[in-house]
Amino acid sequence: MKLDAIIPFLKTPPSDARLLPEGRMAGPMPWVIAIMMFLTVLAAATGLSLASAAQGLDADLTGRLTVQVVEANPEKRKRHTEALTRELGQLAAVASVRPVPDTETAAMLKPWFGEELNSSDLPVPALIDVSLKSVAAADLANVRRTVRAVSSSARVDEHAQWLAPLAQLLSSLKWIAVMLVILMGCALAATVVLVARAALNSHRQTIEVLHLLGSTDAQVATLFQRRIALDALLGSAIGLGLALLTLLLLKYRFSALGSDLATDFGPGWFGWMLIFLLPIIGTAVATGAARITVLNALRKML
Amino acid sequence: MTAIVQFENVGLRYGTGAETLSDLSFSLTKGGFYFLTGPSGAGKTSLLKMLYLSQRPSRGLIRLFGEDLVTMPRESLPRYRRRIGVVFQDFRLVPHLSAFDNVALPLRVAGADEKSVEMPVKEMLAWVGLAERASARPATLSGGEQQRVAIARAVITRPDILVADEPTGNVDPDMANRLLRLFDALNQLGTTIVVATHDLHLLGRIKSSQIIRLEAGRVDDPTGALRYPPKRDLAPE
Repeated sequence: MKLDAIIPFLKTPPSDARLLPEGRMAGPMPWVIAIMMFLTVLAAATGLSLASAAQGLDADLTGRLTVQVVEANPEKRKRHTEALTRELGQLAAVASVRPVPDTETAAMLKPWFGEELNSSDLPVPALIDVSLKSVAAADLANVRRTVRAVSSSARVDEHAQWLAPLAQLLSSLKWIAVMLVILMGCALAATVVLVARAALNSHRQTIEVLHLLGSTDAQVATLFQRRIALDALLGSAIGLGLALLTLLLLKYRFSALGSDLATDFGPGWFGWMLIFLLPIIGTAVATGAARITVLNALRKML
Repeated sequence: MTAIVQFENVGLRYGTGAETLSDLSFSLTKGGFYFLTGPSGAGKTSLLKMLYLSQRPSRGLIRLFGEDLVTMPRESLPRYRRRIGVVFQDFRLVPHLSAFDNVALPLRVAGADEKSVEMPVKEMLAWVGLAERASARPATLSGGEQQRVAIARAVITRPDILVADEPTGNVDPDMANRLLRLFDALNQLGTTIVVATHDLHLLGRIKSSQIIRLEAGRVDDPTGALRYPPKRDLAPE
């Protein structure tokens, strides 16, 4: 099926056929738009992926605490752990409490201490995973009070606090990506304005004739905006295609890292939807910019 | 007799220079045939530009089809331009369009559907002797052929007014006669014709024609015959 048939707006009526001489994909504009769309999609995908990663990180860490029972005496450590698990489980703000089994702790430490780790040889703190129902400061203070009351040596670690700098970095990068997308949109509009002006100059004779034969400004502007819309759509499609290939390659590379943070790197379904909308938004921006430019230029003629 | 065009004390100045046209007062009646003559630089093309709505006057009043052209909003002009056929001195054919498409242009601009375009365009091209050259581009046509395409384009819509700037300048006497007969036939159908020419031989060919003579930017009309109503009608017997 031809592109013209898919989007009726782009279909050139026979009466307008050949009024502007150049064929499609003629001149640098479609290629410039393809490059801009390629960069825009990469920036958008990066921004959306970072937003998604930051959101996932937030969901994973918000309200999550680890209580470390730092006690050299294994018997005492066990008693404190049991007491803390019981006391914390009775708090209204706590959603769940799970004492981390010694085997799990040993598995976590294995990369550093090897297979031979024995809790009796090295006093390893007992860990209790706690999930809060909310992130209210009062609830957190209540948890701390309860922990201190049971064991003065126990520590409460907020997961979000440890990864806050990473979350802030992700957020900053996300906003930089958003800014890049906006700047690329502005650059696209500016490019179209320049191209439309150049096209107006090179077709001035044809435009003057059309004008004197009774063409309205809208008729002439439609000729240009249709041509530019087609170029923009084709350029955007090429740019999107190349960017998708690049993103697939990047995803493959991230998967190969084997990092928990990196494997889920991707813009998410909503992000993909936005990315596939970018060529349409780009075409709309190009068409609008072309129409405004041509109409403004025509208004200077009688 | 109704005036289709009225000029009252019209002056035209380009930029800050002296007036190119001064104190033009004349009228063109509906169905009239006018030859516009005068030496080079007298302002014939400037006057035609105002007639085909490419230029507004610097002063004075122009009424076209009963409407005030000077204060007419820009958006209304295309509607009136479609009622005026123009043969430009430099033809102004669209270079990348064939002779057929150039002639079809006014019909397409006016929104005619493709089915209703083909027949009249072919007939018109045949009339100006270019049926065989319908698909030729302007660059491959001779000067005379380009001029005939320009004339065919100007008359294809049977305009209310036909403005022609030196329409026979590049054709042989036979073709000049033929084109003049076409203008005359259009005139018989009610089209007002204004032909700017240096060719004095043309002037006597149309019996009912009137001559507007421009001298140094002014209309030479000592008897007031070109005024509307003409002075001779107002004068006592």
